[in-house]
Amino acid sequence: MFFPHTPHDREEMLRATGVNSIEDFFTVVPAAQRFPRLNLPQAMSEMDAAQELRHIAEANETTREFACFLGAGAYNHYTPAVVDSILRRGEFYTAYTPYQPEVSQGTLQAIFEYQSMICALTGMEVSNASHYDGATAVAEAISMAYAQFRGKRTKMVLSPALHPHYRTTAHTYTQGSEVTINGDDSAPAAGPEALLSYVDEHTALVMVQYPDFFGRVYDLSALAEATHEAGALFGVAVNPLALGLLTPPGEFGADIVVGEGQPLGIPLSFGGPYLGIFATRKEYVRKMAGRLVGQTVDTRGQRGFVLTLTAREQHIRRERATSNICSNQGLMMLAVTVYLSALGKHGLKQVATLNYHKAHYAASRIAALPGFSLWQPKTPFFNEFTVQCPVSVAEINAHLLEHGILGGYDVAQDYPALQNHMLLAVTEMNRREEIDLLVDVLAEFAQEDSHE
Amino acid sequence: MSEPLLNELSQVGRQGVRYPAPDVPLADLPDGLTRHDLPLPEVSEIDVVRHFTRLSQLNHSIDTGFYPLGSCTMKYNPKINEETARLPGFLWVHPLQPVETVQGSLALMYHLQESIKEIGGFAAVTLQPAAGAHGELTGVLIMRAYHAANGHTERKKILIPDSAHGTNPASSAMAGLQVVQLPSDARGNIDLAALEAECDDTLLGLMLTNPNTLGLFDEHLEDIVRLVHDAGGLMYGDGANMNALLGIARPGDLGIDVMHFNLHKTFSTPHGGGGPGSGPVAVSAALADFLPAPIVDIIEPGDEELPPLYGFVTPKHSIGRVKAFHGHFGIFVRAYTYILMHGAEGLRQVAENAVLNANYLMAKLKGTYPVPYERPCMHEFVAEGQVEGAPDVRALDIAKRLLDYGIHPPTNYFPLIVHEALMIEPTETESKQMLDGFVVALEQIAAEARTNPEVLHTAPHNTPVGRLDEVKAAKELILTWE
Repeated sequence: MFFPHTPHDREEMLRATGVNSIEDFFTVVPAAQRFPRLNLPQAMSEMDAAQELRHIAEANETTREFACFLGAGAYNHYTPAVVDSILRRGEFYTAYTPYQPEVSQGTLQAIFEYQSMICALTGMEVSNASHYDGATAVAEAISMAYAQFRGKRTKMVLSPALHPHYRTTAHTYTQGSEVTINGDDSAPAAGPEALLSYVDEHTALVMVQYPDFFGRVYDLSALAEATHEAGALFGVAVNPLALGLLTPPGEFGADIVVGEGQPLGIPLSFGGPYLGIFATRKEYVRKMAGRLVGQTVDTRGQRGFVLTLTAREQHIRRERATSNICSNQGLMMLAVTVYLSALGKHGLKQVATLNYHKAHYAASRIAALPGFSLWQPKTPFFNEFTVQCPVSVAEINAHLLEHGILGGYDVAQDYPALQNHMLLAVTEMNRREEIDLLVDVLAEFAQEDSHE
Repeated sequence: MSEPLLNELSQVGRQGVRYPAPDVPLADLPDGLTRHDLPLPEVSEIDVVRHFTRLSQLNHSIDTGFYPLGSCTMKYNPKINEETARLPGFLWVHPLQPVETVQGSLALMYHLQESIKEIGGFAAVTLQPAAGAHGELTGVLIMRAYHAANGHTERKKILIPDSAHGTNPASSAMAGLQVVQLPSDARGNIDLAALEAECDDTLLGLMLTNPNTLGLFDEHLEDIVRLVHDAGGLMYGDGANMNALLGIARPGDLGIDVMHFNLHKTFSTPHGGGGPGSGPVAVSAALADFLPAPIVDIIEPGDEELPPLYGFVTPKHSIGRVKAFHGHFGIFVRAYTYILMHGAEGLRQVAENAVLNANYLMAKLKGTYPVPYERPCMHEFVAEGQVEGAPDVRALDIAKRLLDYGIHPPTNYFPLIVHEALMIEPTETESKQMLDGFVVALEQIAAEARTNPEVLHTAPHNTPVGRLDEVKAAKELILTWE
């Protein structure tokens, strides 16, 4: 354990405070509840704890052993060694929020560089220092849109192809407010233009996903334009890795870009911690929640960085703040910053392109199997696509698992109309042999189907 | 200092990490949907390593020095936590894998839930919230849902003491509640008369940080709980200061109905330069059905030969998800490692030593700096950043001068109810020698304040940069390198 006091220190310190025993500090605690006996396991040495944790971890089967084709919002990507090497620096991970800029320039400049690269990637003008994850970034976009119209527009139109967790999180966040969430969650087959029927003069925000939950990539410029004609804000939730290849939302009229930063070098880690990307146009910067770093100079004339526009935040505005956020995903933000700088202009395009080609190879081979077909074969996709299967996804996945393959996501869990639809993700991690193995095992179902 | 920006290091054609060539046939790229330019920097791997290493060296951190930052619990972050969180079995697991393949992760979450219930005296817990403020929002939404389920939609008033963190009122406002601020009395407790006057049938509940941000345990806690419960309200506990109560008292036993824990404060997970945190929310039995979904439970009991089967369950009246997936799992591993290494006795020693360190510092400093509430504190205390005989010197000057001594300043100008507040939380992991060094530094600064106040006004002098022009930053708003 981590208490440095010697018995001698402790005695001297007690004497200095004028009490006889440590228990005397706690007489203010109601006596009946004071010093409970906690029923916890016996304390372990570091060696024993390390072994216990290793034992627990070994009960998991990992994407390192499986061939992983599971995505649906979290992706199995390669993280270059340099990323964790930097994250392991105690000067970064044991630092607090950079409230004292004179001794926090490392964190502050890293945030400034993160903001710069997120803007470059999304085509937006300003980015905050991050939210918790993609889902909460969507919820914050809703709060921002509500604040932008000062409560006069309360309708939020969410695409049914927005990640189901993001939509349910938005519902949770808004349950105490007058905001309404609109859109037909049961009709994800329609393209983005179907959202227009929900847009009217009360609409504050139209939010789509790009690529969407099913992997589809649409040209969203017409929807953006129509949204603006209705006077509403246009929000896009992105997979940032896809933007290594695809047109950035800033070029087709997005007012808010949010997204899950996990694909940019953050380990799967059973769902977190990840990173919520949030970027917007400069005119909305004062309505954007979250930490923000700006460039300035110090008393010696040197360039330096500080937290800025802090008057927007909860510690100043309290109940009048538009968001309660008090942290950012500091270390995950750093991971993404190191990842983007290590890959750079060419590396990110290279890995995005690899994802694209491998996914398209897998899709074309699966689509050729009797009984299997792509759900919407004419719609472009990035590294994820939806397949209509001859039998239930659960049955297929159980069989794939026996062959060491982590199959795709069962879309029917969230969209009951799409029984037997599997969402498959293919990344740079999937070697061609893995894809071929997947196709071979899937082919067993195709054959069974054709014999019947 | 002045470390160049990455775009200034960039050289056309340079690349850090390379990937293999495609081993599949190439597909046509989608027409009209691809980008023309990707304006990211072009640097080599060694550029990246040196750049971020040099940046790291511009930071103060727990690993490099004392961090007595009130309300933030900047305790030592054990290195073993970083090892266990990176075990391949934990790191390379997808959140949507079949539960049969993630029994290790689920077992860890289950046992962390059980530990938090036991430590806090609660019936159920969600690990989903991503941070303390996120836990607050979750907690007040649970309170709101509980009253609504009992037909009390008129209960919208939430009482928040004036010493509370800004997140408390902000979280309540997000949940659509009406915030009423409660004053503190002369001893730093909640003003009971003011509380009583607000206890009516519109009361949703009270958000209590106890010990509060003055580092004081409320002397009327039992009265407060009784008044709120008698009026039909619920007690929310802000767990920011739980480090003072580990093994000392269980908030659930004291009458708290719902509470968030900060794993990054109390349970030693690193602050990471601003996150990620983790803010589990624990509740009494009456509120268990309202927790966010999903939570981990035993689906099939084990026996002598087989471990139980863990899985996810959805509470009956769940408020829904508060984020994607299951919470900050990597943080759970660190916190659970910490709990395993301490056990019941060790956790109590955490609180005892934290409280001893704070009282020791208060005793040593109260002759030099005024301490407005003079009674034993818990894990932190608030002093006034004023020096007799140096009227121009403010808390800010003292804070900035401390940087020259290699010490991170205390939280300043918070809580708002103390004039020129310096909020000091040493934590249990600091030695007497470190605390004594801090006292000497603050005494020297007080002496400087009298003899040479200019050295304080212009501080810091020994840091990588001097005081920064925050007005210029807000006015010019340079937020990216372009």
